Amino acid sequence: MDIITLSMGSGGKSSSDFVEDMILKNIGNDILNNLTDSAYIHIDGETAYTTDSFVVQPEFFPGGNIGDLAVYGTCNDLAVSGAKPLYLSLSLVIPEGYQIDTLGVIISSIGKASKDIGVQVVCGDTKVVERESLKGIIINTSGIGRVVKKLNDYKKIKIGDAVIFTSDIARHGMAILLARGDLKFNGNIQSDSCHLYNIFDKIGYKGIEFARDATRGGVAAVLNEIAAKCHLGFLLKEKYIVIKKDVKYLCEMLGFDPFSVANEGVAVMIVSKEHAEEILHLLKQCDEGENASIVGEVVEKKGVALNTLYGGTRNVDIPAGILLPRIC
Amino acid sequence: MKLIEIFRNPEHVKKIVDSIHSIVDTKKEYKIMEVCGTHTMSIARFGIREILPQNVKLVSGPGCPVCVIPQGEIDAIFSLIEQYDVTVATFGDLLKVPGSKGETLLSYKANGASIKIIFSPLDVVTLSREMTNPVVFIGIGFETTAPAIAALGKKIIEKDFNDIFIFPYNKTMPEVLKLLLLDKNLNIDGFICPGHVSVVTGESIYTPIVKAGKAAVIGGFEPVDILISIFEIIKQVNSEMFNVKNLYKRAVKNCGNIAALRLIDDVFEPVDSAWRGIGIVKKSGLAFKGIYERLNVFNNFSISVGDYIEKTGCKCGDVLKGYISPSVCPLMGNGCTPEKPYGPCMVSSEGACSAYYKYNMSV
Repeated sequence: MDIITLSMGSGGKSSSDFVEDMILKNIGNDILNNLTDSAYIHIDGETAYTTDSFVVQPEFFPGGNIGDLAVYGTCNDLAVSGAKPLYLSLSLVIPEGYQIDTLGVIISSIGKASKDIGVQVVCGDTKVVERESLKGIIINTSGIGRVVKKLNDYKKIKIGDAVIFTSDIARHGMAILLARGDLKFNGNIQSDSCHLYNIFDKIGYKGIEFARDATRGGVAAVLNEIAAKCHLGFLLKEKYIVIKKDVKYLCEMLGFDPFSVANEGVAVMIVSKEHAEEILHLLKQCDEGENASIVGEVVEKKGVALNTLYGGTRNVDIPAGILLPRIC
Repeated sequence: MKLIEIFRNPEHVKKIVDSIHSIVDTKKEYKIMEVCGTHTMSIARFGIREILPQNVKLVSGPGCPVCVIPQGEIDAIFSLIEQYDVTVATFGDLLKVPGSKGETLLSYKANGASIKIIFSPLDVVTLSREMTNPVVFIGIGFETTAPAIAALGKKIIEKDFNDIFIFPYNKTMPEVLKLLLLDKNLNIDGFICPGHVSVVTGESIYTPIVKAGKAAVIGGFEPVDILISIFEIIKQVNSEMFNVKNLYKRAVKNCGNIAALRLIDDVFEPVDSAWRGIGIVKKSGLAFKGIYERLNVFNNFSISVGDYIEKTGCKCGDVLKGYISPSVCPLMGNGCTPEKPYGPCMVSSEGACSAYYKYNMSV
């Protein structure tokens, strides 16, 4: 048994063998092991619920793979909503012919990532599709968490609040681009893929008014969306934005704006001014927050503006879709 | 890469800005054209307009390769995809350039056409070995990309591949610069000459500018580069002593890149070429010559270029000539945005409209 076949998704004997050998072995737990049509779960208090589908090429990249990304991505959405991630669902859509060994690595990464965060995969589904209809694997996870403090209320954002990026920016997008190999040169950029709940677990919620994770579209997209919803603006200071040198130079070379490049381990936090320094101090003690920085503040003027290093001010626009390398 | 840090040092920037303020004649207006699109983008991104004296005006020029391609030539690409089973290989910038009917390479790709983004022209050879249909590369750019496209041409002929073709849309700078000089409506005091182009051409192509009593300064793309170029232009205008000044010596040699120039010369010959907004400019394009003629896509597929240059209502032409600032175009942000561009100056990451829109500039 070295490749996935259509029969493994058909509900018969090979389906159940697959679930036993591949899924339960790696991510089984008391609830999932029952293999019932629904999972019974119990949650005290208000609940946060989210879902996300993952397709990434290549599926393995420096700093992670599509498996841990699928766990972190959904758990991060819960974490920045102020919830403690508790339960996940896991759906796999796999093209026939997919290497079993490769899938094994992905599923065991899902197991490890869930364990690290302390979430349980409690229900799931596997479908196998004909090889010509799909290039790689598609993973969907949905997640349920218990709300500790709601961090999605735009009304909480007020002028003078500080803006924190919990890490350096643009690493995931550039790591993926390098890993695709189209650039014909090698680099050592690691994705920032990590779980953000760790941060909240360690630093608590005091003074944090609002949070979002800055995935596709980068910090530029997230800040523009927040600004539009709360009818206020942001003024960022370029000198406080942290970008790793190799990431910055690769962006330079390809003409990408690092503000628009995807992250998988950066939360944008809006925090009350008086708590900002204390929060930053706590963040810096976390592995995921060692490059955290207070990057600017909430202002009355709508939109997102950046004070450049040279005293000029420019707009940080919402990215217009896919990033394209330029001619020269 | 350490150079980036040096040429972005805020203290150096401040010193040069102070020097610029100290030498400008406040009674005078200085009109400076940055010819190259990469300069336009850097100026916007680093917020350079805002730190200059108010009477120093920066005007964007025609140095965005995607922007100056006439509409008829863009439409010919779509007409090829419509009629033939080919793979189109392109630089990323072209993916969103709209055809006359609003179609783009991106929309054709979504509909199943084989469109591949490449990073370097020579990648086309590798790509063609993977494809089962002919590969057509959209050859576009100025002197900067022409040598790499010439190298691709040489490789195809040397290997005797007969399934790779090229849209010959390369253009060159000298003739269009002369045209801008003669333009009475424009009245530019000095030019920040395109750094990347100069790496290939060297300094001599700018001699006509100084002969016409205007400053020509070759500059790099970092804030310090751009500001010392502006300082030098103001100095030359004040003293009325004009000479071609190379302030990008770390990349540009006086005589240019001889090997690259030879490559261009081996494969291409000058030809009259249509520029969006400007019209036909004598000897400002590059056509395949001799044994390379068989690479020309137009010699192999029955498609043709319409003789229309612009879409109706589009002001890209006036923007490219420096007649108007993108901010006064009625379509700016109003029917023409980077997500849904009407004209090419909004499409290319180097286009002046795109820079103005992206960085929200109003001057």
